[in-house]
Parts: sequence; structure tokens; C-alpha cells
Amino acid sequence: MTTTSKKLETVIVRFAGDSGDGMQLVGDRFTAATAHVGNDLSTLPDFPAEIRAPAGTPGGVSAFQIHFASRDILTPGDHPNTLVAMNPAALKAHLDALEAGGTLLVNEDAFTPANLRKAGYEANPLEDGTVEDYQTFEVPMTTLTTRATDDIEGLKPAEAQRTKNLFALGLISWMYGRPGKATISWLEAKFASKPAIKEANVAAFKAGYNFGDTAEIAATPIEVGPAPLDAGEYRNINGANATAMGLLAASVKSGLQLFFATYPITPASELLHHLARHNRFGVRTVQAEDEIAAVNMALGASFGGKLGVTATSGPGMDLKAETIALAQVLELPLVVIDVQRAGPSTGLPTKTEQSDLLMAIHGRHGESPLPVIAASTPSGCFDAAVEAARIAVRHRTPVILLSDTFLTNSSEPWRLPSMDDLPEIDPDFAIGPNAGDEFLPYLRDERGARPWAIPGTPGLQHRLGGLEKEHGSGKVSYDPANHALMTKLRAEKLEKLAEELPPLVVDADEGAELLVLGWGSTSGVIGAAARRIRGRGLPIAIAHLRNLEPMPLNTGDVVRSFDKVLIPELNTGQLLSLVRDKFLVDAIGHNKVEGLPILAEELEQAILELIE
Amino acid sequence: MSENGHDHEHGNGAAGTLTKADFQSGQETRWCPGCGDYAILASVQALMPELGIPPEKTVFISGIGCAGRFVYYMDTYGMHGIHGRAPALATGIATAREDLSVWVVSGDGDSLSIGGNHLIHSLRRNVPIKLLLFNNQIYGLTKGQYSPTSETGKITKSTPFGSEDHPFNPLALALGADASFVARTIDVEKVHLTEVLRKAAEHEGSAFVEIYQNCNVFNDGAFDAVRGKGGGPNQIRLEHGQPLRFGAENERGVVRSADGGLEVVEVADVGADAIVVHDAHIEDPSHATALARLADAPTGPTPIGVFRDVKRPVYGAARQHELLEAHANATLGDLDELLRSGDTWTV
Repeated sequence: MTTTSKKLETVIVRFAGDSGDGMQLVGDRFTAATAHVGNDLSTLPDFPAEIRAPAGTPGGVSAFQIHFASRDILTPGDHPNTLVAMNPAALKAHLDALEAGGTLLVNEDAFTPANLRKAGYEANPLEDGTVEDYQTFEVPMTTLTTRATDDIEGLKPAEAQRTKNLFALGLISWMYGRPGKATISWLEAKFASKPAIKEANVAAFKAGYNFGDTAEIAATPIEVGPAPLDAGEYRNINGANATAMGLLAASVKSGLQLFFATYPITPASELLHHLARHNRFGVRTVQAEDEIAAVNMALGASFGGKLGVTATSGPGMDLKAETIALAQVLELPLVVIDVQRAGPSTGLPTKTEQSDLLMAIHGRHGESPLPVIAASTPSGCFDAAVEAARIAVRHRTPVILLSDTFLTNSSEPWRLPSMDDLPEIDPDFAIGPNAGDEFLPYLRDERGARPWAIPGTPGLQHRLGGLEKEHGSGKVSYDPANHALMTKLRAEKLEKLAEELPPLVVDADEGAELLVLGWGSTSGVIGAAARRIRGRGLPIAIAHLRNLEPMPLNTGDVVRSFDKVLIPELNTGQLLSLVRDKFLVDAIGHNKVEGLPILAEELEQAILELIE
Repeated sequence: MSENGHDHEHGNGAAGTLTKADFQSGQETRWCPGCGDYAILASVQALMPELGIPPEKTVFISGIGCAGRFVYYMDTYGMHGIHGRAPALATGIATAREDLSVWVVSGDGDSLSIGGNHLIHSLRRNVPIKLLLFNNQIYGLTKGQYSPTSETGKITKSTPFGSEDHPFNPLALALGADASFVARTIDVEKVHLTEVLRKAAEHEGSAFVEIYQNCNVFNDGAFDAVRGKGGGPNQIRLEHGQPLRFGAENERGVVRSADGGLEVVEVADVGADAIVVHDAHIEDPSHATALARLADAPTGPTPIGVFRDVKRPVYGAARQHELLEAHANATLGDLDELLRSGDTWTV
């Protein structure tokens, strides 16, 4: 047993291997163990679009990064302190990211001439000086795993070798003092019906752990203590699950059955997988024949008095656009979730981007404004989903909720909210006439919202439709003045919603001349970069928009009150364009479209260039 | 109020007191004078009170096209959706609200061209909706382009040298999608149309009804061989359990052909016993398909009536009861419990 250990405040580990190597599983398990220790954490799964991408090539590498700390952290981190590379391709794809002098663990067995060739190495990087600036540990993981699982009856050699990811996990768990018990019981439950596989995985994990512990590896174990998080009960959660929970919460709180119709698309399908399990809450999920059917089914269900929700990613949003415009004219509640991915077209389907903002706001024919909100952290997807449903129901409108690949896959500790704190969501169905003896389906209330009269309600029969409707009566109307009036009234719904929104909060230092304004998943990196700037003794202001359409009423005043406004986005400048357009402020963009989040150091540099 | 009652009782009096007027909205009808849609509307409005389902429990959904306006004229709940998507809208409402009677009104362009996908998938799922396909073999609302049911060689504004497209046989398509109820009727055959729609209404699951509908402006006379004066002798009226005989004197009939399909013969040539007896309830769709293929175009002897009427599990029905009950019983406490299930820790 090693007796000495080194204390660190924050650590970044990245696992990288073939997409069939089980790196995501290893990452998930390491995350669970890390949550148990009580660290704050943030993760970044990063995998190829192909289920089994060409083995051994850099394009087929799947990686998982976790940042954990004994203080609160905001991002999955820039550069790993430790990189686990299961083969040459993983080394090739990820070595550049490893911090100078960082720890490199490689599966030595995988560095065969064939694998080196597939990875594009002309010489063995373990021998030609490529890795000499790192603290490199060459571990024959495949051999050791095979040896550890040698005497397991009924285990095929290929099955034995496949458990080498657990060996790596065991070794890293030892290195960072993560308890193995939870991982072992998880393996025992997961493979309960396959005793040989279960035994092999457990044996490989223990072998890796013991390999470190018996000092066969000359590294000092590292201790990262629990983070002083706010008191409360926590769980680890990713954005997909948090969104699902938010929708369930909105359903229970409103008393509206959740009707979720969708068509499989990466990365939005995760939401369907989560919700399909929740029979217990009466969730009706439908896997529709296409994207257009999905949104129409959700809209039909809304007409029937349900909480109609659909979810997709960019290409699906294009297909749904016509129906979203219909919903806007019908003025029925509908939640459309867009888990943004790198586009256009199929683009980089498993990589993140924030490039659907302008489409969400403007991407429909005709004048069809509707509320757009964006989640900014994985756990924040819960509140964002509740808020999207609340606005949709209260204001009788489709709402677009923007998430993205990073938020949906990334996880972090979540302090569980009290259900008592959920906002009121009152369907307030129409139950009788609203104008003397008559029912006028387009008579508006003080919010500009029309009544939601659902089929089955005697006497309130009415016809909705895409043809322009007469103000009040809702009859088909081709009257020019009426169309102008209805266009204005639909726009005013957003103005009235804006009046109800909480103001944009600015976190500003005294004397700050630069405001960094963000939206969506850049929230973490903006916070992290601001810390770095403040660490240098420089003043800065940051603000983050959740409501993109309409924006809080003070947004213009905020952006006008700083000398400079920097807008970091994973697109080529979409919020930038909105801010310039709405407020005539010459804001500056910091833009990245590489399918990966902005790094804190990149943003820090961009900020320094503006304030120094 | 309860939005999810499963009873078919209604709040404004007994079904017997309903009249045609209860289903007529005040909106002015705007089809061309002489359009077949008027006859269909009148028959549907007359049938509705007989079904005993009150207007507030009835929903009409339509897409785009002349037929799409139908919903505005019914004093029920209604939604005029976008082009081709009515079956998807209807799937949403029918799945969410099994207490409602949901009808889709659509045309050949709407259902068979832009909306083909939703049509076949709603039929394969057996969603409890009644789909009325007003087939006039032309695009009317866009002023006269050929449609997916127009005959090859059709000369229209968009095909001045004749259409190159092979047309759909709508019933064969529906049967190919495993539709559990498939029928055909004619706009002006009030009695026949009413009876077919009544059977469609009574059917549990999807009911697909093709209605030959004359467009007197852009495709007048397309169905003259079977419709109106002189059309009668070509109508092969399908009656379950009855031999397939037709003609002015019932002198013609349908027999099995050598290639395994069906063909039209003179009864005198084969004898009455050789005539096929219609069975709408055969599980295997071959018989109905052969009948549908008997006339790919309505230019000669053409079957009308119910081709197929079989029982198949209805989409959503089994689960919705359980889900509604679960939803009704779910509390915020359950949600608290769900959030706290699995790995949690306390700081």
C-alpha cells in the first residue's frame, strides 16, 4: 500500500481509445465514483458519429474528459493532467491536448506496427521522443488483463481482452483515490446474467487497481478532497436526463399529461430514451414516422389538452419549421426542443455547436415570432424545460428550447431542487362562453393569450387553422386590416412576456469596462475565464441570457453601459448579430466552430486582448 | 372539468335530440358551385347526429386543398392543418384523447402526394381515426395540375404534353399499408355514402374511405363511367356475404381469374355459382386487394362499398388507460422520489 499521496485542488483526466474500447463506460463509472467522493465535477464525452468507426484510426477515437475538484468548477477543463491512450490512434488524436509535463498512460500492447500505421505514425511515438516531455507510463494493459482473467471458465480470449478498459479504469481509480466498491457492485449488477463476463470485468478492474497499489507503477497517488458545495442532496446528472426530469415536473405540476413525439436523431434521441421509461408518470411517448409527423402529433395532442412536446436536432428543426409556424398561428402550447449539433446538414452529428439560434428566432415563413429560451448548464436543463413548458402553457404559444450536444452529454453534480419551488403552471382551460353567450376562441386576455378550449368541452366547439383568423371570433378572414392587426397582436404576446421576465443579471467588478455576454452552454467557460481574469486582478463583467426571444427588458441598457461587449459563441456570431441589430451596439465576437466547447484559456486570451 | 372522461355521454342532452343543424357551423361555404364537396358535406352533417356522438366529442382535422376547408363548415372541434400532415395531427389527438371521435378530411394531393408518409403510417398503426379521401384526380385549389391519381398522359397546365406519372390506386395503397378498414363511395350517392361512412364510424381503428368526388372546374366528368346518370351499371356494389354481381340486369359478375386475381364476366357464360361471394372480414388482404385492382381507374366496372373490415389492435388504446391513470395518480412526491433514486449524496 502506498503511504504518501499528493493533494491537488483540481484534476482533469481524459480517457481515449477506439470507439469500441468502452471509453464512455469507463468515463461514466469514473464520474460516478468521483461524485461519491464529493468532488465538484464536469464531464465532456466526445465520440465519433459512427457506431463502429474504422478501428485504430484517429477518426474512430472516442474520448471522455472529466474535470473534478475540491472547489466548485464550471467547465470540463481545457488540458488534461492525465491522458489515458488505449492505442496509437488515441495518442495521435489527443496528445496535443495534454498539459506540458502531464501524465500519459498508454496501453503498450496496442503499439504494434499495424496499429501505428493505421494511426498514421511512421515511427513508434513511444520510442522516437514524441512522448519524452510527459511523465509516461507504458503499461501492457492487454497482457495484464488477459493474465488476470486467465482462469475464468467459459471466457473467450476476445471477451477477456475487451475488459482492458476496466483495467485502465482500475489503474486511474487507484491513482486518484477513487473507491472501487461502487464500480464493482455496478459491474456485478450490469453483468448479473453473464457470470463469466462479470467476473472478467471485476478481475480486470481489480488488476488495474492493484497494479498501481503494488507500486509496479512509479506514480504518486493524488488526493482531491470533497468540494465545499452548498448543503443539500446531490446527484450527478447530464443535460438529457435533466431535460426529461424537467418535462416530467412540468407535467405533474400542471396536471397535463406529457405527450412526447419525436423521431430518432442524434443527439436528441437520448431524451426519448429517458422519457420512454416513465410510464409511472403517464408519459405518452411516440416514435413518429418522421420529424414532421412528430411535431404534428405533439401539436394535435396539445389541441387535445396535453403537454405536447417534440425534440430534435438541427436537420429536424428545418423539417418542423412549417408546423411550428402553424402552432404559432393556432396559438396552442407546444414545446420544441432543439439539441443543437454542428451543421449545416448532417455536419458533425455528435459534436456541439450553437448555430441554430437565428433559425430558432427567425427560421419560419411569414411574421411568426415565438419565445426562445436556452439552457446553459447540464443540470440547468431541468429549470429550462420547466420554464419552456410554463411559458408555452401560460402564453398559448410554441416555445423553442435550445440545448446542445455538449449540455445533453455532459454531466455535473446537481443539488436536487424541492418540488415545492416549482413555478405554477395553470392550464386554465376554457370551460364556458367568454363573451356573453358566445365563445370567441381568439378573444385575448391581459397577456395577449387566447383561451385554450379543448375538445370534449360542450358548447365551445371551434375551428383552428392556418388560414388567418378574425380577431376575437376566430373565423377565417381575408381582411387586410385584420391580418395587420393579428400580426401585431401575435408580436405583442412576446412584448407582454418580456415584461414578466426577470432582468438580465450582471456580475460586474467595479471599474469593469468589458462585458462578456453569453447564452447557452458557454455559461461555464465564461465564468471560468472571468475567474482567471479576476485572478489577475483585472475587472470584468459577465452576463448570461436565458431568454433569447424576447430578451429581458434591461438587456439593451446592460450592453450599452459597457465600453466593450464580447460575445463568445459556438457559431460565427449569431447573438452578436442580434445584439448589434436590436441595440446598435458594436459588440465583438469570439467564435468557434470546431464541434468542441470553447476552452477557458482561449476565452481568457480573447478577453485579455480587449482589456489590456 | 374532466378532460379525460372515457364515457361517451355528453353534457348537452341525449344523442337522440341532436340534429343536422347541431353540426353546421356558421362559416360561409366557399367551394365552387357544383363541386362534389357540397354533397359530401351535406351527407356527413346529416349522418353525424345519427351516430349519437355529440359535436363537442367530435373532431375534424384537415390538410390543404379544397377538401381542407371542410372542417370550417362543421360545428365540431376542428383543425385545418398544413399540407399533408392531417393524419399526424389526428394521430396526436386520437392517441391522446381516446374519448373523441376523430375524422380526417383530405384530398388526393394532400394524402397521396405530400402526405403519403403519414397516411400509410397511420393506417399501419391502426390509429382510431376515420380518413376520408376526396379523390378528384386533380389539384383543384392550385388551379389544375395533375395529381398522384391522375391517369398517365393527363394533359394539365403543368403537363401540357401529358403526365408521365403512373397513378396510385389509393385502395391498393391503403391495403398495402395493412389498413383494417378500406372502402370506396361516390360523392352524389347519398345513401351509399352515408352507409359506408356509418360503417367507417363504427369500425374500431383506422378507417380509410376513398370518395370519388367530381371537380367540375378542373376535371369534370372524371368519374362519369360510375357516377351519376348512366354510371349505375358499372358500379359493383360490395355487400358482405353477397355474390359480386352487377349491371343493369345483374347480368355481370366477378370470378377468380386464371392468374389468381379477379375478373369480370357475363354471368350467363359461367353460371351464377361461379360468382365470387364478397367477404369483407377475411384476415388476408388478398381478396380486398384483388377487388381494388379490378379497376385501377374508374373507367369501367368499379367496385364500391366496403372492401375490407377486420379487427386489429387499435393504436394507443391499450396503453392510454394505464397512462392516464398513472398520470392522475402521479404526485410531486413521486417526482421527488424519482430524482432521488439511484446514486445521491448529501453535502
